[in-house]
Amino acid sequence: MMFASIATFIQRAVVQGIPLLFGSTGEMITEKSGNLNLGIPGIMYVGGVSGVIGAFFYERSTDNINAFLAVIIPLLAAIAGSALMAFIYSFLTITLRANQNVTGLALTIFGEGVGNFFGGSLANLFGEGGSIAMTATSNIFRTPFPFADKLGAFGKIFFSYGFLAYSAIVVSLFAAWYLNRTRSGLHLRSVGESPSTADAAGINVTKYKYLATCIGGAIAGLGGLYYIMDYTSGVWTNGAFGDRGWLAIALVIFALWKPNVGILGSILFGGLYIVYLFIPGLSRSSQELFKMLPYVVTIFVLIIVSMRKKREYQPPQSLGLSYFREER
Amino acid sequence: MSKASEKAKEPLFHIAKRPSMPMWKSWLIRIAAIAAALIVCAAIVVMLTDLNPIEVYVSMFNGAFGSKRKIWSLLQNIAILLCISLAVTPAFKMRFWNIGAEGQVLAGCLATAACMILIGDKLPSPVLILIMVIASIAAGALWSVIPAFFKANWNTNETLFTLMMNYVAIQLVSFFITIWENPKGSASIGIINMNSQAGWFPSLFGQKYLINIIIVAVLTVLMYIYLKYSKHGYEIAVVGESENTARYVGMNVKKVIIRTAALSGALCGVAGLLLVAGTDHTMSTETAGGQGFTAIMVSWLAKFNPLLMIFTSFLIVFLEKGASEIAMAFRLNESIADILTGIILFFIIGCEFFVNYQIIFNKKHKEGK
Repeated sequence: MMFASIATFIQRAVVQGIPLLFGSTGEMITEKSGNLNLGIPGIMYVGGVSGVIGAFFYERSTDNINAFLAVIIPLLAAIAGSALMAFIYSFLTITLRANQNVTGLALTIFGEGVGNFFGGSLANLFGEGGSIAMTATSNIFRTPFPFADKLGAFGKIFFSYGFLAYSAIVVSLFAAWYLNRTRSGLHLRSVGESPSTADAAGINVTKYKYLATCIGGAIAGLGGLYYIMDYTSGVWTNGAFGDRGWLAIALVIFALWKPNVGILGSILFGGLYIVYLFIPGLSRSSQELFKMLPYVVTIFVLIIVSMRKKREYQPPQSLGLSYFREER
Repeated sequence: MSKASEKAKEPLFHIAKRPSMPMWKSWLIRIAAIAAALIVCAAIVVMLTDLNPIEVYVSMFNGAFGSKRKIWSLLQNIAILLCISLAVTPAFKMRFWNIGAEGQVLAGCLATAACMILIGDKLPSPVLILIMVIASIAAGALWSVIPAFFKANWNTNETLFTLMMNYVAIQLVSFFITIWENPKGSASIGIINMNSQAGWFPSLFGQKYLINIIIVAVLTVLMYIYLKYSKHGYEIAVVGESENTARYVGMNVKKVIIRTAALSGALCGVAGLLLVAGTDHTMSTETAGGQGFTAIMVSWLAKFNPLLMIFTSFLIVFLEKGASEIAMAFRLNESIADILTGIILFFIIGCEFFVNYQIIFNKKHKEGK
């Protein structure tokens, strides 16, 4: 009995953690290029709503749903929508050298607006009670491994998720490999540490920053898609995504800018996010205090890391600064 | 080798920093950007709704200035946003990226509400309000001194720290809401001291928001003087430009950072006070309503000049009010306001490039030269 509820807890923690993992992996890649993209919460909203729009039009266009198309259309829509958002950010901060914090916050306002406007309008026109459901599409996204049921708790913990959850882990592992083991990853890191040095070494700083930010944005957008298609079973409700985008940014710090650490971190954060539901006998007020946990833990990590001053645990040196070759 | 360099493409243009631009010219660029943004917004609204754009803008104006009540509520919203913008300004000038204004405002709200609920009926009104002022200022200041202390001593990243502090504050507020719930089970604390009105700001000349507006107006002038003419203001500017220079000339950088952050948080606390005691007479996690983030734009758009912030905060509040009026009048989703605000912000943010930099087109070199 006890064991079963622990298995449920872990499974729920993973499901909570996956959107954060997508978001933080995307943000890590972005930050490695020196761009502190505070627009990630907005980008994740847009990723989610683009997926909903894609799924909506596909579901309405056909009677018998082709599983492949039902997955690929929302997926591409989410990637395109969130990459476009990241492109706006890139254009403003890289080409027009605008302040990154201000641009990011504006992007978040804009993105949440876009998400709630289109999601909310679809819900008003075609949905019921302020939300709209993409059940058919969601069922395909949520298909677990066929043998998950037969393996008991083990199957529940490891094999009960939709394909996007596994993709999130693969993407993070790939990002970790790319950043630490490839030449182009080294170049990307050097752009984030010292763009002028990278520039002098012949690295195309602008290209790296653009690509890293847009690809990072697209990955983060998948977090929004996962949330809608898997976590909420395809139901869009305005504002339901909540503050997960900011939590993803917190996770970047918690994982010390390492995508592979982010995998465990996301599950831990997911667990902290819902632990209040699993502790018996909590009053409603102490539940609210428990919800503080992920943020408090992040603050502690932030403080300890800055005190220890270990070089490999620090944020990229030029994080938050625009690069202009002629400036010194 | 030489062939390759001959064939190397010469870029069509390059970008250089402008020496400086006359004031009127830079404002012309900004106004042009806003105009361009309004055209894009109109295009989007028309695309989504098939409405006549002029009609849309007329209803925007109505939303902001349509009636006496609307004008007062416009002024009130400007006052609060301006107050938070003033608060974040000294910190930004010092390059202390305080994006925790939201949490600091909530800390101020919480302190105010606590005073009103716990000792509201036990003290005479002037004493109570004095205690509320002190408590809210202290709470706001505390909320920003914590990150500042770590920033000053260990250079802990303040952007991320203050961001996290927002959520700690939000959860604290929801914690106390469940404790002070009224009526039980409503998940809100209702109007505080509904009958006794203890701790409510008095209305002046029959206008309940007037006192907020006056307080913020005074603060605006004080902040302008503080930043421009006081020794502290000068220190803030020096630390912001270069910490090393500040250290070299013998300033106590740590002290300046903590003091400025405390001031920033204290003013956020005042905004919280104005929101709870002067406006809503209640508190929720939505009381700050994202204005802590909006204030950053207001301050930045005004180039950290408190007097210009009156204009920029007016602009933002006007847009929000106008856009929500559009939403209501044409039965659109409320969130159109955020989309339009976002677009206008993008344009304003982007146009600074043309104020600070110029694009120089390279002349073509002749073949074989």
